Amino acid sequence: MVKKYLSRIYMAIIFIFLYSPIIVLAIYSFNESKSRGNWTGFSFKWYLELFQDRDIKMALYYTVSIALISAIISTILGTAAAIGINSMKGKIKSIILNINYLPVVNPDIVTGIALMILYISLNIKLGFNTMLISHIIFNTPYVILSILPKLRQLDTHMTEAAMDLGATPMYALRKVIIPEIKPGIITGFLMAFTLSIDDFIISYFTKGEGVTNLSIVIYSMARRGVRPTINALSTIMLTVVLLLMIIVNNRSNAIEKSK
Amino acid sequence: MKDRTKYFSYPYIVWMTIFIILPSFLVLLYSITSKESNGITTINFTLENYKLFFDPMYINILFDSMTLAAISTLICLILGYPAAYIISTSNISKRNTLLFLCILPMWMNMLLRTYAWMTILGNNGLINNFLEMIGFQKVNLLYTRGATVMGMVYNFIPFMILPIYTALSKMDIGLIEAADDLGADKKTIFRKIILPLSMPGVISGIIMVFMPAVSTFIIPQLLGGNKNMMIGNLIEKLFILNGDWNFGSAISIIMMIIILISMSIMNKFDVDKEGGARLW
Amino acid sequence: MKKRNLYSLLVVLASILIFVTACGQEEKEVLNILNYDIYIDKSLLNQFEIENNVTIKYDTYSTPEEMYIKAKAGASNYDLIISSEYMIERMINEGMVNKLNFENIPNYNFIGEEFKNQPYDPNNEYAVPYFWGTLGILYNKNTVDVSSKSWEILWDKNHDQRIIMMDSQRDSFAAALRLLGYSLNTVNEQELDEAKELLLKQKPLVMAYITDGAPDIMINEEADMALVWSGEAVSAMEENENLDFVIPKEGSNIWIDAMFIPATTKNQTLSEKFIDFLCSKESTLRNIDEVWYSTVHTDAIKEVDEELLNNEAFNIPAEDINNMEMFRDPKEFIDLYSSRWTEVMAQEAN
Repeated sequence: MVKKYLSRIYMAIIFIFLYSPIIVLAIYSFNESKSRGNWTGFSFKWYLELFQDRDIKMALYYTVSIALISAIISTILGTAAAIGINSMKGKIKSIILNINYLPVVNPDIVTGIALMILYISLNIKLGFNTMLISHIIFNTPYVILSILPKLRQLDTHMTEAAMDLGATPMYALRKVIIPEIKPGIITGFLMAFTLSIDDFIISYFTKGEGVTNLSIVIYSMARRGVRPTINALSTIMLTVVLLLMIIVNNRSNAIEKSK
Repeated sequence: MKDRTKYFSYPYIVWMTIFIILPSFLVLLYSITSKESNGITTINFTLENYKLFFDPMYINILFDSMTLAAISTLICLILGYPAAYIISTSNISKRNTLLFLCILPMWMNMLLRTYAWMTILGNNGLINNFLEMIGFQKVNLLYTRGATVMGMVYNFIPFMILPIYTALSKMDIGLIEAADDLGADKKTIFRKIILPLSMPGVISGIIMVFMPAVSTFIIPQLLGGNKNMMIGNLIEKLFILNGDWNFGSAISIIMMIIILISMSIMNKFDVDKEGGARLW
Repeated sequence: MKKRNLYSLLVVLASILIFVTACGQEEKEVLNILNYDIYIDKSLLNQFEIENNVTIKYDTYSTPEEMYIKAKAGASNYDLIISSEYMIERMINEGMVNKLNFENIPNYNFIGEEFKNQPYDPNNEYAVPYFWGTLGILYNKNTVDVSSKSWEILWDKNHDQRIIMMDSQRDSFAAALRLLGYSLNTVNEQELDEAKELLLKQKPLVMAYITDGAPDIMINEEADMALVWSGEAVSAMEENENLDFVIPKEGSNIWIDAMFIPATTKNQTLSEKFIDFLCSKESTLRNIDEVWYSTVHTDAIKEVDEELLNNEAFNIPAEDINNMEMFRDPKEFIDLYSSRWTEVMAQEAN
């Protein structure tokens, strides 16, 4: 009994540690006063100011569009690659898997500077395109890694049976393989989307004229000190992430239950 | 069928060659050429960049980064292990919620998580205001090494809890029951069964916390006040401010090697070889 | 049912995608601007966009060195850059700057004569001054005694962990070099090393090295003093009356920031139009209200209110100016500044 209480208290402390900074941030976004020392009253003024800030509006636009486009492209690229890699064998397969793993294990800063060097060496103009390509680069390995386990579970007899019954390989792919690995594809997509929204370091090194994302804006604002507008922005972003996570979590729970 | 689907990966193989292999090669090339090289015609190969790194000043930065990252990793382990254990032993309905709550902060923007501590640790921040209220002197919390460590622990602790939890939850309860039946006390069970079986998780956790911690440049900048340079700050400075790509590349390569060595150690211990990528 | 869900998800995503890309593809002329952080009233950008039916892509940086790397990298096409004189000098020497057509910049006549014919652009061909200012110490009157009026205040052990320094090599070295009695443009390695030692000696006392963040910390009285540019001091003093600004007697740096058009531009005329727009009296007054630096505009200064004119961080006294030096491009010696500053930053603090 005592042990149960102890573990409850322990978890409570961990969660206080994990969540109190976020909650404090959110609370102060409604503080009327600019200084964080004192509470002078409830207000939405920092939210209004936030929506008038052209840097933030631009950054939001770029963040969302890059996240969407890069998630879609890396999901398509990654799904095809995963299906291909799955049917490979031996050394080549493990080499490809290891190279695919490189952006995952490499520190972001190294990936970032390597891509910056690449673009500048090839004389590619830094901007929206380079940031988009970079996001596809670091997203795709995660998509592949989330689809591969599903492919391994796939019953090969089913595909064979379908083809025996006259299905073309393409038809079998569309009707048998894709539906079976769909959970992996969707997880991969959502993961790519979230990773892209969150990325700072790689975007920081590969951005170009006037193209920023929210992380970069937060970084340059945070360097100037504590601003209530960042608090407001945080609160909004936290709410979005929370909603997204709850959806994902419900999905995976539902899948687990249906098994 | 199998043979044909192989071709599906070809676009990605081309893609990898251009965007993963080529950049890595360029970094390597920059690291072994001198700054005076202009274009392909006059490349000067040199190991000067690597030699420069062995200057005590830079070795010190590396050592310092590794120390700070190691301290943060240790704190994450001490705090995270019991949490992972408690989650893995709680009943199923609770388990998912607890796990969800542990992972959730990981999906929030890292800069915001770091920034949050600026508001809390500052001289007029929450902690100092509280200290003053109860009659204590204010203390310098922000812009210290402690703040940097704090930021790292806060940012990376979910990476510790998750793999340990995974290892623990895969454990066969029967083993523990058998040991219990055979009269082993709780300490022995923990030492002889639970701990060894959770080791793969502990090792993945250590690597997954240590890696981002050792290469971060935002946390020492925002919470450490730029006073103690870490290896990430040095790389950022060399590329963004000094424009010294050659030396910067050499340091990146050294960092990559350190990480790859750690990864191969991890792979040795990690039984199911999926470690790093299993975030969901 | 399940399949329909997936398809509808795809349709929603596709439509968002189309919407998002459609928003970005209005065919307008684009003006790429690179400026210091917090160095313009952003509503001016909106105004210029509407008046001329163009899109402005606005990017910021925090130190001239960072700007130089960004512009030099070759993978960027900025149309207009605002930066400091010594970096402009360097870029002019390296052929990175276009000559201006002053017929498109009639408001250039309002720029004070004392800001023209400066060494970085001796024949007024390349750059149009934007603001000017100096470097000094912003301090809290209640805790700091500045009667010595010396840079030494920044080395005062009584203010351990209460001193904010800049993460900007030329500015930090300026303070140390002038304290030692040397020129802040020194190309003497020994003098630079002495200054480095001095900065290393100061490091244990320093609370943080930050660029742009000092005013906020000072307003909240979380530190006693900070090395700042004059406009930062004015902005902080506007918010907290306990703060004041001192320009040390050993002399300081006087700087001019100017607008110029890099050779990468694709739209010289539009950039010149924008320069002219920023040189108008109205734009200048709005900018003063935002950035608080001293103006180069001969007409705008007449309309600045009394209180601001009495602020010595805005209306910098002539006797101080006499003792100031302007940064010059140290040419290849710049690498020595960079490496010495890296050494200062790399030193373990405590």
